[in-house]
Amino acid sequence: MRDILCDSVFFGVVVSLLAYEFGLFLKRRLKLAICNPLLVSIVAVILILAVFRIDYESYEEGAKLLSYLLTPATVCLAIPLYEQIALLKKNSKAIMAGILSGVASSLLSILAMAALFRLSHEEYVTLLPKSITTAIGMGISQELGGIVTITVAVIIVTGILGNVIGEHICRLFHIEEPIAKGIALGTAAHAIGTAKAMELGEIEGAMSSLSIAVSGLLTVVGASVFAQFL
Amino acid sequence: MKYVRQFLIIIGISFLGEGLKALLPLPIPASIYGLVLMLAALCLHIIPLEAVKDAGKFLVEIMPLMFIPAAVGLIESWERIRPILGQLIVVTVVSTVVVMAISGQATQAVIRRSKKGAEK
Repeated sequence: MRDILCDSVFFGVVVSLLAYEFGLFLKRRLKLAICNPLLVSIVAVILILAVFRIDYESYEEGAKLLSYLLTPATVCLAIPLYEQIALLKKNSKAIMAGILSGVASSLLSILAMAALFRLSHEEYVTLLPKSITTAIGMGISQELGGIVTITVAVIIVTGILGNVIGEHICRLFHIEEPIAKGIALGTAAHAIGTAKAMELGEIEGAMSSLSIAVSGLLTVVGASVFAQFL
Repeated sequence: MKYVRQFLIIIGISFLGEGLKALLPLPIPASIYGLVLMLAALCLHIIPLEAVKDAGKFLVEIMPLMFIPAAVGLIESWERIRPILGQLIVVTVVSTVVVMAISGQATQAVIRRSKKGAEK
């Protein structure tokens, strides 16, 4: 049984899709914030791999097909963005203000906490790109001398966290404008936050998509400046 | 054959993005170059919206699924994370909430101010 699972090219995809369906089912049934389908599916897959003692490489052999689609899917974020281009132009000032303040507050809050916890320079630069999309973040971490595997982990956890708590944070801080919700999700939680924004609405999704690219590029510059501070 | 053409355009642009990444010495991934290329092609009407819309919406809709493998892969870096786990959790939670609240509030403040200005 275990050999069949380990050798299969489809197992990784099947288990990922099943786990996601299970997450959707729990969300419908329990209506709890913690029942975020993405979070549930990740935990479920990890448990299944642990129970059947399947190593990550075997799972990834099939599941890499899903990761493969990430680049074309990110390219397609341009489609909702294009559909909302008039709104984007009309609100360009607000959008830029939001993304800029988000990037600045990300770098500042990480600097403050790194100083507070007396993190080493290496640990500090590892965390600096935590709110932006994985591929850009990895590049920054590498460039600045950070630990790339931890950067990737923190970026993914940030995204999932943003996806899970995004709606609640918006409610808590009275962020009601769809454009503002999208900017908040995309700037704080990159593409995984954008997946949530797409569920909230077309405007939210488009604005969040835009934030991934803009905040990513701003962080390339910002992080290299902030790296000097600690 | 509609979907073949749509996927061809989308994968083709991803491929162009990959090319740009190889040519330019910046820490920018193929996907971001591709996003900008796609947006430019749509805005300049080089690619009509209908030529990519169905396949594109499908990919965007199933996007959450694509993060599962990478997130499951976190179990592989557990050994490196464990020594600084506490600090990592605090930094991640605090800065995610701070960034979300500030960027959302700032956007909303500017939108509402300009709305008020327009009403006067």
